[in-house]
Amino acid sequence: MIEIFQERIRQAAARRAALRLRGGGTKDFYGNAPRGEILDTRAYAGIVAYEPTELVVTARCGTPLAQLEKILEEHHQCLPFEPPHFGAAATVGGCVAAGLSGPRRASAGALRDFVLGLKLLDGRGEALGFGGQVMKNVAGYDVSRLVAGALGTLGVIAEVSLKLAPQPQSEGTLRLEMPQARALEAMNRWAGQPLPISATAWHDGELTLRLSGSAAGVRAAAAKIGGAAIDAAFWTGMREQSDAFFSGSEPLWRLALPSTAPPLNLPGRELVEWGGALRWLKSSADAGAIRDAARRLKGHATLFRAADKSAGCFAPLEPVLARVHRELKSAFDPAGIFNPGRLYPEL
Amino acid sequence: MGAALPVVRALREFLPARAVLHQEEDTRPYECDGLTAYRQLPMVVALPETEEQVQRVLKTCSSMKIPVVPRGAGTGLSGGALPPGDGVLLSMAKFMRVLRIDPLARVAVVQPGVRNAVVSELAAPFGLYYAPDPSSQIACTIGGNVAENSGGVHCLKYGLTLHNVLGLRGFTIDGEPIELGGAAPDAPGYDLLALAVGSEGMLVVVTEVTLKLLPKPQSARVIMASFDDVERAGAAVADVIAAGIVPAGLEMMDRPATRAVEQFVAAGYDLEAAAILLCESDGTPEEVEDEIARMKAVLERAGATRMTVSHDEAERLRFWSGRKAAFPAVGRISPDYYCMDGTIPRKRLGEVLAFIAAMEQKYRLRCPNVFHAGDGNLHPLILFDANDPEELHRTELFAAEVLEKCVEVGGTITGEHGVGVEKINQMCVQFRPAELELFHAVKRAFDPRGLLNPGKAVPTLARCAEYGRMRVHGGKLPHPDLPRF
Repeated sequence: MIEIFQERIRQAAARRAALRLRGGGTKDFYGNAPRGEILDTRAYAGIVAYEPTELVVTARCGTPLAQLEKILEEHHQCLPFEPPHFGAAATVGGCVAAGLSGPRRASAGALRDFVLGLKLLDGRGEALGFGGQVMKNVAGYDVSRLVAGALGTLGVIAEVSLKLAPQPQSEGTLRLEMPQARALEAMNRWAGQPLPISATAWHDGELTLRLSGSAAGVRAAAAKIGGAAIDAAFWTGMREQSDAFFSGSEPLWRLALPSTAPPLNLPGRELVEWGGALRWLKSSADAGAIRDAARRLKGHATLFRAADKSAGCFAPLEPVLARVHRELKSAFDPAGIFNPGRLYPEL
Repeated sequence: MGAALPVVRALREFLPARAVLHQEEDTRPYECDGLTAYRQLPMVVALPETEEQVQRVLKTCSSMKIPVVPRGAGTGLSGGALPPGDGVLLSMAKFMRVLRIDPLARVAVVQPGVRNAVVSELAAPFGLYYAPDPSSQIACTIGGNVAENSGGVHCLKYGLTLHNVLGLRGFTIDGEPIELGGAAPDAPGYDLLALAVGSEGMLVVVTEVTLKLLPKPQSARVIMASFDDVERAGAAVADVIAAGIVPAGLEMMDRPATRAVEQFVAAGYDLEAAAILLCESDGTPEEVEDEIARMKAVLERAGATRMTVSHDEAERLRFWSGRKAAFPAVGRISPDYYCMDGTIPRKRLGEVLAFIAAMEQKYRLRCPNVFHAGDGNLHPLILFDANDPEELHRTELFAAEVLEKCVEVGGTITGEHGVGVEKINQMCVQFRPAELELFHAVKRAFDPRGLLNPGKAVPTLARCAEYGRMRVHGGKLPHPDLPRF
């Protein structure tokens, strides 16, 4: 199968014809409009190696994410970054290429933190290996993590090795009434204390927290924090954006900010996650105004879901960073065939 | 004669004379880092104090096409800060200020010359700490940690430098300001922050680092477990992980290592055991009590012959003191030692230790082992005498064979010390030419003329071809007794 992909890449490179790398298509909405002939990664699927005692799994790009998670669950393990699926067809390759993390991001880390290595098909059709299956590895530049979240613009992620974590022994979800400014202060203060908080979300006067850890630790933290217990299904609604907050036709903005940044006070509805570091905004306000507000707060704004993406999905880069991006793109993909324009128009 | 060097004159236009060293007696202390087998006198040493001075040093050198090698405390073990004989060693030693600690945001903003241990000391009044703790933490600097992606004994649970750095500020070789990451998560575009961490000072010069601080665990206890067989100790490590436990630290030392250490620090190790494990739990007192009980049960089933749990903080630190002092302790029982840094999948531990034992016979050299068992990172220490060139040569061959064995079992030639100049030949074994070419292209994206720390970490293809001609099949040299370089 890899040889078939390589051949397609070589032919596309020779013709300088765009290839649209695609798994289950669940993230077609994300990034600037995809274009090019589809290279469907689902044909290359399956778990290559899984050693529960090594806390590492290696999977092919086309492996359904749900299938991988089910196998991990059988061994009481999980992907610590709790990736969103955005549909039953989500694949492991698409998950890593999109680089999106879920509710556990603030406590466990981002997707890229758990990428140990990958096999990449570059724009010449070469199969290249970076990183490996071990947790500590500083041989060569960290290309694996560079490729994670690059939206397929640097190559086809053929296989990826991910670090795993054991599932928490015990979990509980609590809800407290609290205005936004107080909730931001509380989330930051609690995060500085040895409490097993694994997810947070604030919306419309309600702060929801998830505790994960040993049964004794979760019980002690719940007693300290207070609030009412609610169903853990709430977090699926956050992760998959099936919660009512995410409905409606206004554009959905994703603002990444320092966790202590004050409430946005932009027009629209707001939902806070990741201890204050992630602010979802449903708003028809001007893109420039939203990007400026994020920049003033030392963060950045992504146009996450919208019918009109003419403002560009991702915050523009400083000139020196833009130049490094272009140089890296041409090093990995000299003919510019992989997902052109998906991340930035010039990549 | 040195003052006549054009680069010295150019640097003295904006740096005071004491910050531009070129006389041999001044530059001699910079001739090597922690890997003392490689030495080179730098042409010039520059010691800027401000970001603007760093920028001007870089602009001056890049316009004169002079190589620049950044340096922190010089504790690196792979020669990453080996100076350029024809260039400027850029010491960041004067960048010693902690600029800001924000306890609510749990962030510390520091200059690169700040020592690792200082960050945790200053964060302690807020109940916070900086997690990565390389053994050299009282001396090594944050800038060096960023360059090498340093680990420590707690990375299985808390990650490497990469996982604990939020942002970097610095300059490209051409003196352009560059900012990667920041206090806000998931910076737009490619993850250049991840690329820069561990890049061995070859992509950017860092002048400011934003670090993540974590709440200090309320309590921590460590189990010292003895095993009468090294492989059984390795299997016990896998059993702990399989039980769904992620220990805060999980270290192994074999008997030659514990015996060397015990003479040096009296840590209270069981010297009859073939290997000991140090297995730590941290968290709230309830969590620790629960986890220690679970770990003890697993270790017991795995065949531990003796177990001692630390009763108080003093005893816990004493158990760790031996592990942290392992390198200097070994330094006392041998004129010199050579520290390796391979990482392997844990399940291959028995095989690799047997291989190392065979190499001890083959090269007639002793090799105690300390091992970050939780994350598969081995530090075999070959004992030798550097005054005997033939013994040094055997040591290098021994090390090369072990590192290549690590690659063969699916691991890597360096877990946390970096490639530097030391392991550059083994890069040819771990990576294929197309992969090495891509690394060179990554470097060119930041440094098109190859002036920043040139010749380190990534070998040229010509060098690999030469190394390939020297090696024959199976990693054995055709005439192992002939000196090579």
